[in-house]
Amino acid sequence: MNTPQAPALAHPPVSDARAAEPGLLDGARALFARDLRLAWRRRADALGPLVLCALVIVLFTLGVGPSPAQLTALGPGVLWVAALLASTLPLSHLWADDLADGTLDGLMLSPDPLALLVLARVAAHWVTTGLPLVLAAPLMALPFGLDGAQTLVLMASLALGTPVIALLGALGAALTLGLRGGVLLGALLVLPLLAPVLIFGAGAVQAQAAGLGATPHLSLLGAALLLAAPGAALATAAALRIATE
Amino acid sequence: MSDTPDLSLDAVRVERGGRALFAPVSLRLGGGELLRVTGANGAGKTSLLRLMAGLLPPAAGRVCWRGAPLAEQRERFARDRLFLGHEPGLKDGLDPTDNLLAATRLAGHPVAPAQAAQALAEAGLAPLRRVPVGRLSQGQRRRAALARLALARAQPLWVLDEPFNALDAAATGWLHGLLRAHLARGGCAVVTSHWPLALDGVAARELAL
Repeated sequence: MNTPQAPALAHPPVSDARAAEPGLLDGARALFARDLRLAWRRRADALGPLVLCALVIVLFTLGVGPSPAQLTALGPGVLWVAALLASTLPLSHLWADDLADGTLDGLMLSPDPLALLVLARVAAHWVTTGLPLVLAAPLMALPFGLDGAQTLVLMASLALGTPVIALLGALGAALTLGLRGGVLLGALLVLPLLAPVLIFGAGAVQAQAAGLGATPHLSLLGAALLLAAPGAALATAAALRIATE
Repeated sequence: MSDTPDLSLDAVRVERGGRALFAPVSLRLGGGELLRVTGANGAGKTSLLRLMAGLLPPAAGRVCWRGAPLAEQRERFARDRLFLGHEPGLKDGLDPTDNLLAATRLAGHPVAPAQAAQALAEAGLAPLRRVPVGRLSQGQRRRAALARLALARAQPLWVLDEPFNALDAAATGWLHGLLRAHLARGGCAVVTSHWPLALDGVAARELAL
């Protein structure tokens, strides 16, 4: 049953109508679907960032002690730092795994623009690691006593900020691909760049708590996302080409 | 630009760490022709193949496909050539069917699930087509990667790095059959292999690095 059959002469011809004109986004869609399927097959791995984020928050509240005033004041910052760490760490393997199993060549060889494929991979990564953080934010915010409006602002800031983290993290992972100690170097490169995201993300919740309204902070986060999406994708594509030459 | 397959290398050199890997290579490969690249370990076979696949720019010289340099026709060349590297290019967590469907769509030549199933059956993987690749043996992984060749009628240039590695006698015969059919269709192929190819009626040219 494991014996290959006669050569390919016998099988029906590949349908030319189908093969002729795949759309520009077909490769990106295929990659996105593949990564989601892969993440679904390894659901336990995808929970890692969520558990890490929850652990950082629990450890922090244990360390600070049960003073509600202090926890409320520190809450936004702690929540954001925890989310930042939890979404940066799993990114370090994004391209290294592809390089090891040879699928990175498949991206380079595709007729589709590499930057588009990079965006598809980062989007799939965000859906499996960033989106769960956004959805779990109300739960994570419980120890800090945020009210309803503040929790909504926290979710909005995470929804805008975590994609930026994913984009820049993917760039850091591509820049350090194949280097010894690349994981640590990638984090050192990327974490300082993420300072604005942290400032505006935590600032949005603090501003809401102070009654100032979070719109300016959220707008700036949105602007960062609009800037990072094309910029980081193009830079990542260039870094990947250099790494595989 | 011509319509027949035509890969030409003109005094091409590859450098690794500032050192030239081999003497400048010039050659021309047309439809129905098979080139076998030989050389000792580290002679630069893989680098030469990555260069022919467009993954590595030459340090000097020109690589042309259908008469035009590769750099000027990235998208067209990407649809015309099929490159299978040293690593099988499969995701361990997915089964051979999902791997095959994703890889062909990414390469710009999507196939239907039924076609993928048939290609895997020809590769002798019919009972394993829903088993994650991570649980397959080396030879079975190689078969799963090579199943793409059974679906690659629209790609006239095949560049295969050590395709016979880890294959048993039956799978070697299957791959020989795929290559023969490809050349008979007018395609051309570049292969690295440590052993001579046993292709009846096909004259394999050799390039020793």
